[in-house]
Amino acid sequence: MSGDLTRSTLGSMSYDPAPESAGVARLKSEYGLFIDGAFSDPSSHQPFLTLNPATEEPLSSVSLASSADVERAVVSARHAYDKIWSKTTGAERSKYLFRIARLIQERAREFAVVETLDNGKPIRESRDVDVPLAAAHFFYYAGWADKLDHAGFGPNPKPLGVAGQIIPWNFPLLMAAWKLAPALAAGNTCVLKPAETTPLSALLLAEILQQAELPPGVVNIVTGDGSTGSALVDHPGVDKIAFTGSTEVGRLIQQRVAPSRKHLTLELGGKGANIVFEDAPIDEMIEGIIDGIFFNQGHVCCAGSRLLVQESVADEVLRRLIRRVDQLRVGDPMDKNTDVGAINSAAQLARIKELTAYGEQEGATRYTSSCALPDKGYWFAPTVFADVAQSHRVAREEIFGPVLSVLTFRTPEEAVAKANNSNYGLACGVWSEKGSRTLWVAERLRAGVIWANTYNKFDPTSPFGGVRESGFGREGGRHGLEAYLNV
Amino acid sequence: MSTAPLRLVSTDERGVQLPTESALPSVESECQLKALLKGLSGVDAVGAEARAAKLATRSLKKSTKLAAIDLAISMVDLTTLEGADTPGRVTSLCTKAMRPDPSDASVPSAAAVCVYPDLVAHARSVLGNSSVAVASVATAFPSGRASLNVKLLDVKEAVSAGADEIDMVIDRGAFLSGRVGQVLDEVMAVKEVCGDAHLKVILETGELVTYDNVRRASWIAMLGGADFIKTSTGKVSVNATLPTALVMLEAVRDFGESTGRLVGVKVAGGIRNTKDALRYLVVVNETAGSAWLTPNKFRFGASSLLNDLLMQRLKQHRGVYVRPDEFSGD
Repeated sequence: MSGDLTRSTLGSMSYDPAPESAGVARLKSEYGLFIDGAFSDPSSHQPFLTLNPATEEPLSSVSLASSADVERAVVSARHAYDKIWSKTTGAERSKYLFRIARLIQERAREFAVVETLDNGKPIRESRDVDVPLAAAHFFYYAGWADKLDHAGFGPNPKPLGVAGQIIPWNFPLLMAAWKLAPALAAGNTCVLKPAETTPLSALLLAEILQQAELPPGVVNIVTGDGSTGSALVDHPGVDKIAFTGSTEVGRLIQQRVAPSRKHLTLELGGKGANIVFEDAPIDEMIEGIIDGIFFNQGHVCCAGSRLLVQESVADEVLRRLIRRVDQLRVGDPMDKNTDVGAINSAAQLARIKELTAYGEQEGATRYTSSCALPDKGYWFAPTVFADVAQSHRVAREEIFGPVLSVLTFRTPEEAVAKANNSNYGLACGVWSEKGSRTLWVAERLRAGVIWANTYNKFDPTSPFGGVRESGFGREGGRHGLEAYLNV
Repeated sequence: MSTAPLRLVSTDERGVQLPTESALPSVESECQLKALLKGLSGVDAVGAEARAAKLATRSLKKSTKLAAIDLAISMVDLTTLEGADTPGRVTSLCTKAMRPDPSDASVPSAAAVCVYPDLVAHARSVLGNSSVAVASVATAFPSGRASLNVKLLDVKEAVSAGADEIDMVIDRGAFLSGRVGQVLDEVMAVKEVCGDAHLKVILETGELVTYDNVRRASWIAMLGGADFIKTSTGKVSVNATLPTALVMLEAVRDFGESTGRLVGVKVAGGIRNTKDALRYLVVVNETAGSAWLTPNKFRFGASSLLNDLLMQRLKQHRGVYVRPDEFSGD
């Protein structure tokens, strides 16, 4: 009897499919631009398709905003700022933000499905992380809107005006929330430009803004590609540019914005070091390494893509890590049991393949999960490189995929030196049961975010942002208000 | 995609590397035992709870769910541990354990019936030669507050009355005050008088409080020869929890890797419905691995759980729920 049962699907770790229903998304076949409180056609008809990266099938047709459309959006935002939003009290702004937060919660399932279809991330993550956190950000900043006098920036701090906000494809809804919530709380109006490959959840958010009866023009959403973002960055009517994305594009934006009076915050790439000492709580640490690099397929700017492990436990950590990597369930993002979903785009997949090929050429030992990958769609099996040296490209460049580089160290000093030996400075993790050592290391790491005995944990009350080539400015917490106040 | 052979691991399907010969750590003094326990990795409580909560979101559907329900039924130690227990109630439990759903022979039997020592003989006579084992709590259950001689006598009597499995409690007072050697000695002494009977060692995790303690107590029990480590008596306010089970499953996995001996885990107390039971099975599957997905290696100490499993089983087959009265109360 028991023999039969252990041969069941449960015993072999292959749970029967448990798919979320795609119909919940109720996607439209085409979307216009959200300008002045309503969806409208773009000035010239240049639609582009947004694909489901797990199947390569088109989900919907989206408008490409030209510079004329960006102009219209900025004019609308300026008008809304001058005539409405700058005259709206903090308590009133707060009311709208609370409404938006509640509406996101009410339509959480729909958001989760849209996000997973458009982005390729597992439904478990969009359902349990992206959407609840997006709502939490609106709730959090709703609370600040009428308390700006007490935020530590002096009495009656003023908003900047019109904010142009350009967000990436890795957390489309969450990044929209990170950008919009503090900007609106502080009294700015916004023109938001979602990423080219993941515009749908922002367009669903536009519906929510209508539902919340947010005054027209306070938030405008212009979909498009790099040219749309470029038009927004260059528009003279914009007072502030907030960008999250690659360091390469961030550098261009900073150059373009430099001769203007525009305020700028940049949240760019990273090569996060996850530092493991020999006394770390081993099981939770293994989970933390997994979460650090395979969460969201590694499409996380603060991903713990470099594992620095103390030499005395390196073999054991690697053995346990690889056993765990083999357990990751890779496949249909809509399946509720999927751990690792699809790579967001063909271009990103090509980049991951290119960089991992260097890893092998440069002599790192490659271990790739034996998981089966679907035939269609963009997939990359979870991969670990052992025996990586500081000089290897896989230790220096941001791969932005499910690829971990493992390096070793002997002393805390060496760990700090290796962790800091990077152009980036976004996030690090420290794993140890010894609090004094954790603090000693944390003090010396050059990174905006340092996690102790955890990784990739986000909370609206906690500021997030980088140093050096990871950008500047903070999002989240009281600090996040500063990016949208003239202080 | 090329995959270089890894120098570190040659794994079986669970990824567990079994030593060719048993390498049980030698513990000859309390000092050595303390050093061994201190050498165990700590447990980060936040991380362990987060991991358990994440595993609890697994969704078992269709054939997986059916197989899991049947597996859970076969893992139930149908338990009655009340002062008011009667031979009649035990008869009813035994009958139910052998044939949980009288209308359906395809329902597997439960693993065991668990009673106080004085009812072992009666349970034995009802169960006869069936596959259902007689388990008995012993060693001054549930508090364990008696002398070692009394505890050993308790065990001997239960075994001679026909118990196949003994559920002992550890001396939590000794453990918490640091007399870990005494805890180990007691487990070894009880194991010895158990003879052929399987020994389950109850840690009473609700009284150990921290996950670090749970991990250390698990190792003491395993070093002492436990065939199973068990969470709780069911008699204190905090019984089995998912993160506690996770920590214990990590312990049996690690112990198996270093000694080659696979120790079972029994969760007891507060597991009342199918949803909870399936969550435990997922944690077993994804922590210790499929080698533990058998009644020989994982058990539920429960009473009302069985009826819920039967009800959900019928729901899967018929598509509708039946009335709770469809199944016997005991």
